[in-house]
Amino acid sequence: MSGTVSGARAGAVLAALGILAVFPLVFSNPTTTTIGLFVVIFMVAATAWNAFAGLSGYIALGHAVFFGSGAYTLAIVAEKLHMTGGWSVFELVPLAGVVAGLIAIPFGLVALRTRRHTFVVITIAIFFIFQLLAFNLTITHGSSGLQTPTPLWTAVGYNQRFYYVAAAILVLTVAMAWAIRRSRFGLQLLAIRDDEDRARGLGVRTGRVKLIAFAASAVPTGMVGAVYAYFLGQIFPQFAFDPLFDITIALMAFFGGLGTLTGPLLGALVLEALQQEFTLHFSVGGLYLIVYGALFLVVILLLPQGVVPTLASLLPRTRARLTQRAGAEA
Amino acid sequence: MTPLLEVEGLTKSFGGLRALDGATLAVAEGEIAGLIGPNGSGKTTLFNVVTGYERADAGDVRLRGRSISSAGPDRIFALGIGRTFQLTRIFARLSVLENMLVATQRHEGWARSVFRAAGSPAERKQALELLEFVGIAKLASLPAGNLSYGQRKLLELAYVLVADPDVILLDEPAGGVNPSLLHHIADRIRAVNAAGKTLLIVEHDMEFVMYLCGRIMVLHQGRVLTTGTPEQVQRDPAVLDAYLGGAEDEDDELDVAAVQL
Repeated sequence: MSGTVSGARAGAVLAALGILAVFPLVFSNPTTTTIGLFVVIFMVAATAWNAFAGLSGYIALGHAVFFGSGAYTLAIVAEKLHMTGGWSVFELVPLAGVVAGLIAIPFGLVALRTRRHTFVVITIAIFFIFQLLAFNLTITHGSSGLQTPTPLWTAVGYNQRFYYVAAAILVLTVAMAWAIRRSRFGLQLLAIRDDEDRARGLGVRTGRVKLIAFAASAVPTGMVGAVYAYFLGQIFPQFAFDPLFDITIALMAFFGGLGTLTGPLLGALVLEALQQEFTLHFSVGGLYLIVYGALFLVVILLLPQGVVPTLASLLPRTRARLTQRAGAEA
Repeated sequence: MTPLLEVEGLTKSFGGLRALDGATLAVAEGEIAGLIGPNGSGKTTLFNVVTGYERADAGDVRLRGRSISSAGPDRIFALGIGRTFQLTRIFARLSVLENMLVATQRHEGWARSVFRAAGSPAERKQALELLEFVGIAKLASLPAGNLSYGQRKLLELAYVLVADPDVILLDEPAGGVNPSLLHHIADRIRAVNAAGKTLLIVEHDMEFVMYLCGRIMVLHQGRVLTTGTPEQVQRDPAVLDAYLGGAEDEDDELDVAAVQL
């Protein structure tokens, strides 16, 4: 039985990888590939956020700090080195991840001393400090923003390049989230979620465990921030450090299922695609927020565990009922 | 020979309330010591200070002669003092077996924990053996939140044992447990002691304490009032005074066990 389950799971993983790989080739028009790119970027951010917040129960609303820092790292370094557009700019993506991870350490040392709502408020406060810095530092050119190099690629396959870089980051991020979940370290995070003081009393070094998870979740977020900056060609403080980013990735994880592996992926797929569709069709930028708000209410009220865990608990029950009925008829 | 665990002159105040007022006691290797006292006498505060959850205002805690009064709970657990809580504290959303595995890294650095699976086959086997030992192995895959109160007490005992501590502090192991399970818990505590562990038990159920402990210390208003065998303590008029709020009682035959607390 477990053999068929793991076989089915391996099949699902392969199918997902296949879809991820061929999507921009099959649907190659620029609008669709742009949506695809943004979906993948948010899949990374939501998965990374969930690997920390979903397991530890610390609802961080400051991950835009890492996204923005990654975006600015790429823009600033590319400018200082007078880089011209091309593949070489992508080499700055890992650097952006490292910078985001390093920023997470002092950020975490301050914020992770607090818990629950205090923690949430502290992360928001630190987020605004970073946005304010981006607005006021000379290195970021304040509110006039920064240009990133423009690649001289032809329109055909232009978006695909960004897409595949983001997709590669996604594969690594999901692998990281999976590894964390099944490691001792992941179990310690779950123990912290349930009773942090008790976990300490059983030898879990809670401070370190939380900080490492926080920094680990910052790295991929910074990397996709860099991809985002390079793709857009220019960045501004209010978009690189966007409070909506914080809420969006949290909502994606909540929607799909906090602490699950597939939940944030599903959440990002549904919500980001929805947002892009709304923006395209109604050409009103903020309309999707109303839908987000309504959706959030529905999820919290009707599916407090998120879509994936709810389905997972429904499926065996339905299957059992079906086999029962089949048995009764036979 | 120095005692395994020593508490010397421990003082701890919460605002104007002096919870511990120069408490001094010692626990010898291999014994089951009891710590009793009226409500508010400082028993749980003493446990909290010894296990690093609270910092004492003055005084010292020593394990094998070494001061541990500045260490946090994770460090103290790693040094070999395990404890259970009065109101059991388990990880409700983890399975019973996962609860056990949380505690298995007493001797392991964090870096290793990142790169290995949640439980090696050997650790899982050991965890299941301990669950078997306390008698809840059948429930291993259940979410711990589904356990009854008594079963939670057993789980707490089992996962403290996982890390093989030298001293175990039990905070009211019998509190709120139904009588049939009570015998089982007492029996398991005896077995733990027979396996070489030292125990210090805080308990309100006098029968339970008298049955288990070879030596009993009575805490009153933050300091140790008297120490002795169960018989000595039972006969000590000062103990009765402490429990009855200092009221002079003429009945010499009154025994502490009869006072329903």
